[in-house]
Amino acid sequence: MPSETTLVEVSRRPALGIDPRILWGIGLALLIAPLFMAESYRLFQLTLAGIYAIAILGLNIITGYNGQISLGHGAFYAVGAYVAAIMMDKLGLPYWTTLPSAAVICGLVGYGIGFPALRLGGLYLALTTFSLAVAVPQILKYKGIEDWTGGVQGVLVFKPDPPFGLPISADQYLYLLTVVLALGVFLLVRNLMASRIGRAIMAIRDHGLAAEAMGMDAAKLKTSTFAVSAGITGLAGALSAIAIEFVSPDSFQVSLSITLFVGMVVGGVASIIGPVFGGLFVVFVPNLAEEVSKAAPGVIYGIILIVFLFVLPGGVAGLLRRLATWLKRQS
Amino acid sequence: MSGSPAALLEVRDIVIRFGGVTAVGGVSFDVGQHQICGLIGPNGAGKTSLFNCISGFYRPSEGQISLEGQQISDLPRHRMMGLGIGRTFQNLALFRSMTVRQNVLAGAHSQGRAGFLASALRLPSSTREAAAAEDQARALLALLDLEQFAEVPVAGLPFGWQKRVELARALISRPKLLLLDEPAGGLNHSEVDALADLFHDIRRTFQLSILLVEHHMNLVMRVSDKVVALNFGKKIADGTPDEVRATPEVISAYLGEQAHAA
Repeated sequence: MPSETTLVEVSRRPALGIDPRILWGIGLALLIAPLFMAESYRLFQLTLAGIYAIAILGLNIITGYNGQISLGHGAFYAVGAYVAAIMMDKLGLPYWTTLPSAAVICGLVGYGIGFPALRLGGLYLALTTFSLAVAVPQILKYKGIEDWTGGVQGVLVFKPDPPFGLPISADQYLYLLTVVLALGVFLLVRNLMASRIGRAIMAIRDHGLAAEAMGMDAAKLKTSTFAVSAGITGLAGALSAIAIEFVSPDSFQVSLSITLFVGMVVGGVASIIGPVFGGLFVVFVPNLAEEVSKAAPGVIYGIILIVFLFVLPGGVAGLLRRLATWLKRQS
Repeated sequence: MSGSPAALLEVRDIVIRFGGVTAVGGVSFDVGQHQICGLIGPNGAGKTSLFNCISGFYRPSEGQISLEGQQISDLPRHRMMGLGIGRTFQNLALFRSMTVRQNVLAGAHSQGRAGFLASALRLPSSTREAAAAEDQARALLALLDLEQFAEVPVAGLPFGWQKRVELARALISRPKLLLLDEPAGGLNHSEVDALADLFHDIRRTFQLSILLVEHHMNLVMRVSDKVVALNFGKKIADGTPDEVRATPEVISAYLGEQAHAA
């Protein structure tokens, strides 16, 4: 069947002019190596970077691909984390049940908020989502739900032990779990963006009226996209609660939403692989800044960020894209 | 063929008001099956308002529009493509970040059913659907000589080629009625000449009707089976190109009263 072979060719078009199997091999080796090499704190940071990568991918779907600016995705991250913590601590449910639950609940919350908010669009949507990020930490402190959320104290949870008696530490297991989940989510999102739905998501960003003339129900698609985006970021939040073993309102301040936004831009807007680099950036660069100057890490972080965006205007993904075209021209 | 009982599109007593201004004041006409109909008139005659009404972008203040007997003027505009009305835009409305192929595939959206989950999981139903759309896109790219640009970002193409991409994007869903908003606008002389043949080819290949709004009088008269002329929001002529050309109101609308008197 000629059509199918072409589809396969298109989806497996070699990036960088290298056999994709080699790229996959290198990628897998890079993902597995830290399990054995990194000391436990570094491994924890990499786990965190992986979690942020998932959260940033979620944001990238609505903001990068669909063009709807959200400055409040930290709120969904927080809701996901609290869903996990409450399910584990208050309801005594196993950790793995919290992940799909957090994704579904955050998806529903996202749908409920997106339904009115996306009709505003543009800067108004940015401010609406921003106000969500401002409100959520305070809602979490609210006395009426203190029995569930633990109020200002937050909720303590415990890391799961590796299953099947695997001879690895809890930290190694969490890293592995994060990598596997991230691979799954990234693969699903890649499929989605290459499909008719993905094309519609981008078409609405590029030209809303023309998208509607092509039969795309822009309002409905934007709301669904927002829900999917919130669900993925909520999943990352749940994973973060499990990895950090603690949730509290102060962990989810407004700055978290900005951090996700920074990660998205640094990694590459509207890119699948970009959020991986965004996650690494938001975890490791603040550390680096602290090492350079204990007195003013914020200044150093700011300078690194500006230099980064100046040198790589399309984010890391943009650099990779340019590298790929350059390599293709060479061969 | 004009006004035949087998009309595909029926426009009845359409009135379009913007605030206190009446842009279109009660216009009726038909477009028959496999007919090419030109909509002409001086600037401000109400052509574009009427066009946008038929494509679902405006709602008429009064009157009705129906396609194959189905009332369409109160439906949301994203339903039009699914019902069989494809359109192009006057000043290009392509998806600029996408390649030519992706733009054409986007036109097939209304043909597909796969939702978020089926697409993300690549369920057999969604991949089958995608393969069928890829086939159609390939055929259309070939038909419109766009193959060599398939993987090129659409924003980098010359204007005339971008217009072709819009045409391919509108055709992939196999519309019954193709609405063309100034297809010759911005094209050079030889490109306009090629258009007339292209429209006839398209009608034959896709068995569709075409309604075009166009300033380029030579093209309209050459390509249309039927011409509807508007002036100041009223229909002043409706018939074959020769009939319309000979109508006194049309001559005076285009050349002025004095020229007509002289």
